[in-house]
Amino acid sequence: MGNLNIPVYLDYSATTPVDERVAKAMMDCLTVQGNFGNPASRSHVFGWKAEDAVTEARANVAKLIGANPKEIVWTSGATEADNLAIKGAAHFNASKGKHIITVKTEHKAVLDTCRQLEREGFEVTYLDPEDNGLLDITKLADAIREDTTLVSVMHVNNEIGVIQDIAAIGALTRSKKILFHVDAAQSPGKVAIDVEAMNVDLMSLCAHKAYGPKGIGALYVRRKPRVRIEAQIHGGGHERGMRSGTLATHQIVGMGECFRLAHEEMEEENKRIEKMRDRLWDGLKDMEEVYLNGDLEQRIPGNMNISFNFVEGESLMMSLKDIAVSSGSACTSDSLEPSYVLRALGRNDELAHSSLRFTLGRFSTMEEVDFTVKEVRKAVEHLRNLSPLWDMHKDGIDLDTVQWAAH
Amino acid sequence: MAYSDKVIDHYENPRNVGKLDADNANVGTGMVGAPACGDVMRLQIQVDANGVIEDAKFKTYGCGSAIASSSLVTEMVKGKTLDEAAAIKNMEIVEELALPPVKIHCSVLAEDAIAAAIADIRQKQGKAESAA
Ligand SMILES: Cc1ncc(COP(=O)(O)O)c(C=O)c1O
Repeated sequence: MGNLNIPVYLDYSATTPVDERVAKAMMDCLTVQGNFGNPASRSHVFGWKAEDAVTEARANVAKLIGANPKEIVWTSGATEADNLAIKGAAHFNASKGKHIITVKTEHKAVLDTCRQLEREGFEVTYLDPEDNGLLDITKLADAIREDTTLVSVMHVNNEIGVIQDIAAIGALTRSKKILFHVDAAQSPGKVAIDVEAMNVDLMSLCAHKAYGPKGIGALYVRRKPRVRIEAQIHGGGHERGMRSGTLATHQIVGMGECFRLAHEEMEEENKRIEKMRDRLWDGLKDMEEVYLNGDLEQRIPGNMNISFNFVEGESLMMSLKDIAVSSGSACTSDSLEPSYVLRALGRNDELAHSSLRFTLGRFSTMEEVDFTVKEVRKAVEHLRNLSPLWDMHKDGIDLDTVQWAAH
Repeated sequence: MAYSDKVIDHYENPRNVGKLDADNANVGTGMVGAPACGDVMRLQIQVDANGVIEDAKFKTYGCGSAIASSSLVTEMVKGKTLDEAAAIKNMEIVEELALPPVKIHCSVLAEDAIAAAIADIRQKQGKAESAA
């Protein structure tokens, strides 16, 4: 700590490195000297030991979200948990109704799962968030119908870091007796979670955004009142029939350990990260035509999503070759659309194409933040010198009045 | 995605960045693309008394490949007649910069920019002739 590591990693919302302490715990579950048994083996000590490790991990995951360990179902990650929750709940309740409500800024793991259900004959309402990325609860209330069986709203948005008011939504869905699913992949260690206080019925989690390994996650499934879902993967009946497959002890232990650490260190860590985040924003916000995307207050400490108007995001990333960030610009993906999340906030195309996401984390340093500020300012200046849009802006031309030859 | 050395070179040291006087009768301006699509190119050419392109300037909003394509084009058109410049094909840009398939649209845009700049200058010259 306290130094500059090049290339600088500022993409903690994409994934995090595994904490050394987590890696150590995982490595103890692999080799012949270690805890390698199958947790489902009931007939010998190898199985029992592995089961004990899984039980401890389950308790650690449950504790961080205020759940009972029996309510945790292991999955391969948040994508699978989202699929299991949404398809599982929709299918199980199909005789009651076939209407689902979600939000346009959800992760693709939710949106694409909903699209699949639409192909199967379900109806899905995709709500628009407000300009700050937050959902207006009265719009959700208005969208609820007789045949609505499930509402799915994410806790922390992966692109803009805003935190939805899950407790308010949970109070509404509970009063209407509608199931409530929350994608909380980005939440552990960033913001407190209490499934009881929030009235959440199903919650998707993963380890690799919280200093644990990739390829492991969990779905919280409420027991009281009991939430029933249809399994999506069938087999040996593991996880009370909800998700078959031999439990990956080392992965599970890794997730348990990183959630335990999150519980212990979260408060301290967030204070430190928030200081760095503020320094980053203070270093950039005085530039001309710079916009923060998403609410500044209702936001996790580590996220800054900023649009540098009249500069295209991918070329900006190319300038920042010693800094790992991500961009909401189209060119980074196969689709030609700029970030659908920023578009859903009502940002125009220029601003959506001009955005960068900086996400700070456990191993970020002030020196890295200062270096980033310096590099970003230099790059934006270089690219604005090259930008015809910047010229036009400086000449006082309103770009919205220009007739573009779209291609 | 990895960029070719030539794209990086044009991106880091863009050639002929700038602006010519769009009202000058010998200057043609081509502006193509749209902010909504993530790239806008402005290419300007200036012809001498013999109709040969003596200067070219560009500014581009877009990804690195779009910037490199337009920078390259300013070099390619200089010293050419309008007809010669009009014959430049996007695949020449693709080959020179080793653009990957997902970036071919950048070279197409650069070809369009040349065509638009030439059309502008021809229109101006046509007007000048009919006025004479
Ligand atoms: C909000 C959100 N949901 C779901 C996922 C998918 O998680 P996983 O990679 O564990 O499948 C991610 C991460 O990419 C995410 O940020």
